[in-house]
Amino acid sequence: MKPVLTLSKLTKDFGGLRALDRVDLRIHRQEIAALIGPNGAGKTTLFNCITGIYAPTSGEVELVLPDGKITRLNGLKPDKVTTLGMARTFQNIRLFQNMTVLENVMIGRHCRMHAGIPGAVLRNARTRKEEKAVINDSYRILEDFQLEQYVNEFAKNLPYGAQRRLEIARAMATEPLLLLLDEPAAGMNVQETKELDELILHLRDKEHVSILLIEHDMKLVMSLSDRIFVVDYGRKIAEGTPEEVSRDPEVIKAYLGEEADA
Amino acid sequence: MSDMAQHDNLFGWEEIKKSLMVCVWFMFLTFPVMVIKVNTIHRTVEWRWERMFFVGIGAFFLSFLWRYMIRRKEAGIKKAEIEESSGLTATQKLLKNPFFSRPAMASAAIFFIAFPMIFSLYQIDIMTTALIYVVVALGLNIVVGLAGLLDLGYVAFFAVGAYAYALLNVHFGLGFWICLPIGGALGFLFGIILGFPVLRLRGDYLAIVTLGFGEIIRLVLENWNEFSFGPSGIANIPRPGLFGMDLSLHQNHTYLYYLMVALTLFTIFVVRRLQDSRIGRAWMALREDEIACQAMGINKTRTKLSAFALGATWAGMGGVVFAAKTTFINPASFTIWESVIILCCVVLGGMGSIVGVVTGALVLKLLPEYFRAFSEYRMLVFGMVLVLMMVFRPDGLIKSVRRIYRFEGLNRGGEQR
Repeated sequence: MKPVLTLSKLTKDFGGLRALDRVDLRIHRQEIAALIGPNGAGKTTLFNCITGIYAPTSGEVELVLPDGKITRLNGLKPDKVTTLGMARTFQNIRLFQNMTVLENVMIGRHCRMHAGIPGAVLRNARTRKEEKAVINDSYRILEDFQLEQYVNEFAKNLPYGAQRRLEIARAMATEPLLLLLDEPAAGMNVQETKELDELILHLRDKEHVSILLIEHDMKLVMSLSDRIFVVDYGRKIAEGTPEEVSRDPEVIKAYLGEEADA
Repeated sequence: MSDMAQHDNLFGWEEIKKSLMVCVWFMFLTFPVMVIKVNTIHRTVEWRWERMFFVGIGAFFLSFLWRYMIRRKEAGIKKAEIEESSGLTATQKLLKNPFFSRPAMASAAIFFIAFPMIFSLYQIDIMTTALIYVVVALGLNIVVGLAGLLDLGYVAFFAVGAYAYALLNVHFGLGFWICLPIGGALGFLFGIILGFPVLRLRGDYLAIVTLGFGEIIRLVLENWNEFSFGPSGIANIPRPGLFGMDLSLHQNHTYLYYLMVALTLFTIFVVRRLQDSRIGRAWMALREDEIACQAMGINKTRTKLSAFALGATWAGMGGVVFAAKTTFINPASFTIWESVIILCCVVLGGMGSIVGVVTGALVLKLLPEYFRAFSEYRMLVFGMVLVLMMVFRPDGLIKSVRRIYRFEGLNRGGEQR
């Protein structure tokens, strides 16, 4: 299995607090991996370190491009990381509220476009072509995510489930190799969760992206994931298939607490 | 039905009680000023009780009006939520309708072309000043309205442009037409200079730093005598030439007026295109959510700097024209007050809306000139208008409209209009 992202001994300190402690992780191509752990275990911190929002204190974050070239991501700005091929969604939805749904997706295309200030002012043939292409591409993405009926709505006016979908659509517009989903099913009802399940499988099988997701809905995690990583207190305590992880004593301890007279 | 219920409610006993409280409170507050008058000649105290009566009645009715307006606004919001799909206000619909907008555009064009032939020199001058503010406000609109970066020191770039022309003319004898692009370029450069230190800042912090920057520029100009001739300023700045022809005063002002109309049109053209481009979208994304914007692959540094720089460019050019028009500049023309006025043009007009900002700048610069008779009350009215606008129309006179894309046939490969 070829990897798409490897973390080695990734550590992040906030002052005296060690939020991540020498985490090793390897995501394979076209796999769905889940990152689980109790609240405050460091899952979102891990996401932020990978995507460049935080700079890791030590350790390596490396992205493996399709041609096999390895790029070190430590210290790169978030926009550079996204351009290289990693996109994410947020735990608390962060859409561009006062922009239309189509524009939200068009922003996702931003890093695959080239028009600069002169192009914008002169509006030459190349810019016009690019602009037209981006509108059509974005619309196609909206169709894929069944959001086309909202094209010209403001993002803030969408129903909750559609906002979650739009966030994934916007991330997919950046053409990522690896998609990071931070609690995509949070606040969703059973039906919406089921649709999300199908959507994520579709992304892996049809769009050929790897997916790393943080999720608390264990049913979703167990049915969806190829592999699961469990973190607690900033350390990775287990990794493996859903069956392996659900039997792991360390994991059970982390979730259910230690027995008094073990 | 609901209208009726609302009506009843508005004139119910509760509401009357509220209004009575307001009226008593106002009578109490204004009592010392409005009622008591010390007659220093006769050394007596006059009690003008009838005035208290008027204050009471006025407060009573105004408080009713105030609450009625608030309700109307809330009802309006509710209505808008229901009709979200159309999402356009009456003004916006009017502007979109070709049967209205085309004749309106045509008559506006005729008006601006014919303006100097109809009106006096004084009027032409006022209009030129107003147009300078339109250009400058459109520049600030990029920074505040589109990119959401609150800039309170914007007039500094205006000063940079004005002083660039004045100093280059005094020292090197450079003419207006060379200085206009130089002023713009210097504005651009200073925009970047200001942009770098504030890259990490947002909101209130950004506002404070830009405020400081604006004051620094003004204080430097005021105190560095060898460079900028200090508070006495620079006089005898030449007006723009027209192929070396000798122009009379009237011709010169008319010429400057047309030049300003052309510059305004040019500004609108460029700003519109920027707004509807990849860069414009990046600015708006930055305004909406900085972290998400970076996570979507937008270079925050470059986007912020480009907003500051492109906004400042127009202030620089506006400054050059300003110096040429007044033929005399000193640091007193570039106080924080000017920044505030320009910001008001943007906010009152409608942030992010080009038509709105143009209207805002024209209204704010022209009305005070035409109401010179009431100039004592200018600030009072201005303050009141600001408060009322922000309460009842926080989106400004003309709200910005999002571009609507149409896709024919909801299948793959839809064409946009």
